[in-house]
Amino acid sequence: MTTTQTEQWTASTQLPVIDPDAPPQFPRPGLGKATSEESFTLIGTWAGALAMAWLITQRLLPLGGWPWLLVSWLVIGIAFTVVTGSMAGRRVDVVDRVAAAVITAGALVVGGALLSTIGFVIFRGWEPLLHLNFFIDDMSGVGPRDPFDRGGIGHAIVGSAIQLGIAIAVTLPLGIGTAVFMTEVGGRFAGVVRTIVEAMTALPSIVAGLFIYTVLIVAVGFPRSGFAAAMALSVMMLPIIARAADVVLRVVPGGLREASLALGASRWRTVWHVVLPTARPGLATALILGVARGVGETSPVLLTSGVATFMVTNPTDGVMNSLPLYIFKGARSPESMDIERAFAAATVLLILVLVLFVIARLMARQRTTAPRPSLINRLRRLTQHQETR
Amino acid sequence: MEMTFVTTLPASSVLADLPEVIPRKLAKRATGGDRVFELGATAIGAVVLIITGGIGAFLAWQSIPTLQRYGWSFFTESAWQPEADVLGIGAVLVGTLSVAAVAMVIAFPLALLTALFISEYAPPRVKATLVSLVDLMAAVPSIIYGMWGYFLVMPHAAAFALWLHQNFGWLPIFQVGADPDAAVWDVSRYVGSAFCAGIAVAMMVLPMSCAVMRQVFSQTPQGEKEAALALGSTRWGMVRTVVIPFGRGGIIGGTMLGLGRALGETIAVLLIISPDFVIKPRVLEVGTNSVSALIAGRFGDASAAQLSALLTAGFVLFMITLVVNTLAAIIVNRSRSGAGTDA
Repeated sequence: MTTTQTEQWTASTQLPVIDPDAPPQFPRPGLGKATSEESFTLIGTWAGALAMAWLITQRLLPLGGWPWLLVSWLVIGIAFTVVTGSMAGRRVDVVDRVAAAVITAGALVVGGALLSTIGFVIFRGWEPLLHLNFFIDDMSGVGPRDPFDRGGIGHAIVGSAIQLGIAIAVTLPLGIGTAVFMTEVGGRFAGVVRTIVEAMTALPSIVAGLFIYTVLIVAVGFPRSGFAAAMALSVMMLPIIARAADVVLRVVPGGLREASLALGASRWRTVWHVVLPTARPGLATALILGVARGVGETSPVLLTSGVATFMVTNPTDGVMNSLPLYIFKGARSPESMDIERAFAAATVLLILVLVLFVIARLMARQRTTAPRPSLINRLRRLTQHQETR
Repeated sequence: MEMTFVTTLPASSVLADLPEVIPRKLAKRATGGDRVFELGATAIGAVVLIITGGIGAFLAWQSIPTLQRYGWSFFTESAWQPEADVLGIGAVLVGTLSVAAVAMVIAFPLALLTALFISEYAPPRVKATLVSLVDLMAAVPSIIYGMWGYFLVMPHAAAFALWLHQNFGWLPIFQVGADPDAAVWDVSRYVGSAFCAGIAVAMMVLPMSCAVMRQVFSQTPQGEKEAALALGSTRWGMVRTVVIPFGRGGIIGGTMLGLGRALGETIAVLLIISPDFVIKPRVLEVGTNSVSALIAGRFGDASAAQLSALLTAGFVLFMITLVVNTLAAIIVNRSRSGAGTDA
């Protein structure tokens, strides 16, 4: 190695030349809105894949039926994405496009499953819903093959309402009281309560039902009744509501509490006038979601309430039906009319849950000082701004 | 140059003029109305502790005679024949696990993809709607998913099971006790299986896992995501290197929370399966059972001893879901991503 060479090397440090007008060495990944070319590629890819999938499954291979068409559309679509992607970009771009396709397809599958669930239940059960007596009458004296203008699920709706009413009357004070105890009083004992309550949210609902069955019905000798069912629902809902309320109360800003105490309010007044009103929307949401869970829960009711075909309004007086139980018994029946009635009852239950859910969402929205918008506007905006809450 | 600090003390004459300072009394213990409030709240807490803790204690206490009577064989025996005094939850435990495993195999990828789609790929305008839809999906009663699985999905699932059997039958889990290439395939061998029940259960656990994952993904620091994009990463590159590592705790925790729900699910499983008491890994074949379906099916005609055995089975199930849920909570809370999640 000579000296001149070393000198040459040290002398020849090259500064990077920046040419602002030069095109990038590789096309940069597009992050904004898709260009028309990209949209065209995307649509073309999937349209071509659909045609290919139809050709292969319906004409070439013995894989008739739409499930195979959808599956092969997905597989061929991803293969086509690889091809069109590699025509336009590098390997990184191909992977990016395939990942986007797979993720979007996964979300679409889930959305399709939800839609098919709701659509299928309504599709199978719309016919009995056209008769008003379906919502009012009970099933006493109605044979399995009687037409839909006889009998109904009035007894099940009333039974569900009574059982849930009792369950709410039990769980609401206890659940929110426990949450107040855990957040506002605190201490070592509160830690123990919180641990146990959190552990009991893992209790399977069937075990809650079996507990009430063993204690209340077998050991005490209480008849199978709406009250026993309400107790089973309470046991199941209590940890859920207590824990959700605890979470809501814990996010109430400490500054509000301190301000109230500093102004001389007692702790009880602080809780009643500051903490609970601040947390009211969240508490309402917690309660309603707990109720939505309880109204559809079949297994605790199955063990504790018995099945009645007639209207029962006294919760302590023998067997009582409820919506989930009616649906379960109908779905297991060999008679197609019973199954259809079960689907109609399932539609009613689904709408009930949906209404509860919408109310919970409306309540969860933050109150502002601005005048309240009309109900229509609130419904319209319901589905927006959830994230910003 | 040295600096000296001089503290000026107030002249004693000034202090003497002031009235004597008496420290305000601070009561450590609550007094008056606060005392009542504290006691009342503690009483409610104690009542709830007794109710909820009492269930766990009752189940444990009821399990003692059964476990003494049957010993370890209670966990390994597959038959449930009280009249012959042969009882065990071996088969139902395996059935519970296989239904839950099928459910998780289906639900985990779909929940992850949906959560990623909502948090990273969906147009911002529809994001909130999609979040609501996932929550709504979680609120749909399990009986409705059970009917969907039984009446709509099961025929297709059976056809798919036949296809799996024909093409992947050499795998032990895809074996079915029937001839896969028969001219007229025996549908009854492919329905009512753990696979069919698992599909319905997957629909129940999917929104739950998805909600936890999405919540954790949405907490990914915006700066790190923008940094990845600014370095020239594609969108998937950003998701792979920033969002998924950040949300790993949420992915695992959400999946385990879903698993806890899948293990305890009753009514959809009860509706779909054909009860059978055999320990078998063949998830596509007709006949399986789960602990919760066993309880729902056998509680009515149970004698006192049998009821105790059912309670023991319920206790075992509760212990399993408790362990799974606790692990999930620990993982979600421990991970960096878990900060501030209440999942």
